[in-house]
Amino acid sequence: MRRPLSGNGPESRLLTLPLIELLRQAPCAGEFFSSLGLELPPETVSPAVYFAALDSKLLEELALEREQLAEQFTTYLALLTTLQTGRNGSRLESITILGGNDKSGRPEGFDLTMRPGEIVSLVGPTGSGKSRFLADIEWLAQGDSPTGRRVLIDGTAPEPGRRFAIDQKLVAQLSQNMNFVMDLSVEEFVTMHAESRMIDDIAGVTGSVIALANELAGEQFSPQTPVTSLSGGQSRALMIADTSCLSNSPIVLIDEIENAGIDRKRAVRTLVDRRKIVLMATHDPILALMGERRVVFRNGGIGAIITTSDAERANRVRFEEMDAKLGAVRNALRNGEFIEKIHCR
Amino acid sequence: MKLVTMAGPPSSGKSSVTIKAIVSLRQEGVNVGVVKFDSLSTQDQLLYEKHGINVTTGLSGSLCPDHFFVSNVIDCLSWGEENGFDLLVIESAGLCNRCAPHIQGVLALCVIDNLSGVDTPKKIGPMLKMADIVVITKGDIVSQAEREVFAYRVRQVNSSAVILNVNGLTGQGGRELGRLLYGAPETESVEGKLLRFSLPAALCSYCLGQRRIGSDFQMGNVKKMVFS
Repeated sequence: MRRPLSGNGPESRLLTLPLIELLRQAPCAGEFFSSLGLELPPETVSPAVYFAALDSKLLEELALEREQLAEQFTTYLALLTTLQTGRNGSRLESITILGGNDKSGRPEGFDLTMRPGEIVSLVGPTGSGKSRFLADIEWLAQGDSPTGRRVLIDGTAPEPGRRFAIDQKLVAQLSQNMNFVMDLSVEEFVTMHAESRMIDDIAGVTGSVIALANELAGEQFSPQTPVTSLSGGQSRALMIADTSCLSNSPIVLIDEIENAGIDRKRAVRTLVDRRKIVLMATHDPILALMGERRVVFRNGGIGAIITTSDAERANRVRFEEMDAKLGAVRNALRNGEFIEKIHCR
Repeated sequence: MKLVTMAGPPSSGKSSVTIKAIVSLRQEGVNVGVVKFDSLSTQDQLLYEKHGINVTTGLSGSLCPDHFFVSNVIDCLSWGEENGFDLLVIESAGLCNRCAPHIQGVLALCVIDNLSGVDTPKKIGPMLKMADIVVITKGDIVSQAEREVFAYRVRQVNSSAVILNVNGLTGQGGRELGRLLYGAPETESVEGKLLRFSLPAALCSYCLGQRRIGSDFQMGNVKKMVFS
């Protein structure tokens, strides 16, 4: 059940390096000790020697097993290496979902290939199979889910270990119900996310995420604002900016984002510009028709895949005009104006 | 019979995700039983029964739930064998972060939730650090960034476990969890097996019911704070 350990990998060599040399080769290695509640070894001492000399009572208090520390250390460093290569590694070219069956066993008869920079809308009533579709992608289903679908990456079946690689999660999700729960300022929050992604220029990336979020949000906020006191629109804007710049997931699912206080079209464009595959579960015509295609869910399966027609695109422009008119009314309300006047214009 | 030990802080969603996994396994014809450990009372027995799941409860009362669990685990296994289960899930109370109910050679699961905050993985001891599978719940209500940081922090303290996100409400991931649970090794007996880590220790006058405070009344395994 456990993932293969890298006891003999290149990381085990680091066990015998004095700390000062270790930190030169793997600057993040220090976090291993602090995350377990241990102090850093002295500069001239290697982890192997340090582990052997740790006080048994201290280990007991920290609930650590001396024999396992070396293995934990090498696995941790192997993880860091994976995260760092993942950051610079090749991005995927395509994701293909080979159709399976709906709830009644009827074959879906569709294969769906999606490429970075593409928008695909997901439509269908509650319970029609949208969640299962996403679960199939996240699980990299290989005919082993209720739908019998198969997911291919760059045209081939992914290696089984990829299912559990947290640094290679395929889908990032953004929905109406999601909130920030941490007691941190915007800047601290984005910095923490950047740190976990092993980004080199943490301050630079943090700055650009906050700037982008401010562009997307109707109302401005400062880096010092606590994330929990952001308005709904500001929160959504920060989530989109953060996901587009800092999440490694190639697919972003947007689940019914509300109208208030965020330029939704711009937000979706931002993700597309970052070469994300954008899935939008929405029945808002302006958003849904932004997609090149929309996948129609019925009875737990894909019932149809519709390519947005020119006529539909033209209609979207009209819907946008209608939306702008409604938006103007909303603003008028906010400003305490009479609505009668607006209607007459 | 396959055996799984499951632990996690209170209200992290242990029962909810177990139910989702079991319901999915049952559709594939797998017969699963549950033993629920708790201290004073539990509503989970009813919750399991509502889903038609065969469950029995052990209440530790005034004893450390972990110690109570170890003293009863062999009987739990016998109960499972008698009922002809294919898989037995033993859900422990997880009342303190120092809980250590996992057994060598038996599939070990830890459930923690995104809402508990990104510093939580550091604070939880052997039940997380020595688990084979870590299930993270309540991902549907926090931001993507928090989910990613939380998973990363779990990874920091347990680099080798399989990490799975499960939504205890919608059941997303429950089926996948079921498959992982069913991958547990067959356990004939736990007689003579080793716990993965020593249990929280105690053996002092207060264990035996002493209520009066004072140095004359504390005897046995007593630990004093150091004030700097």
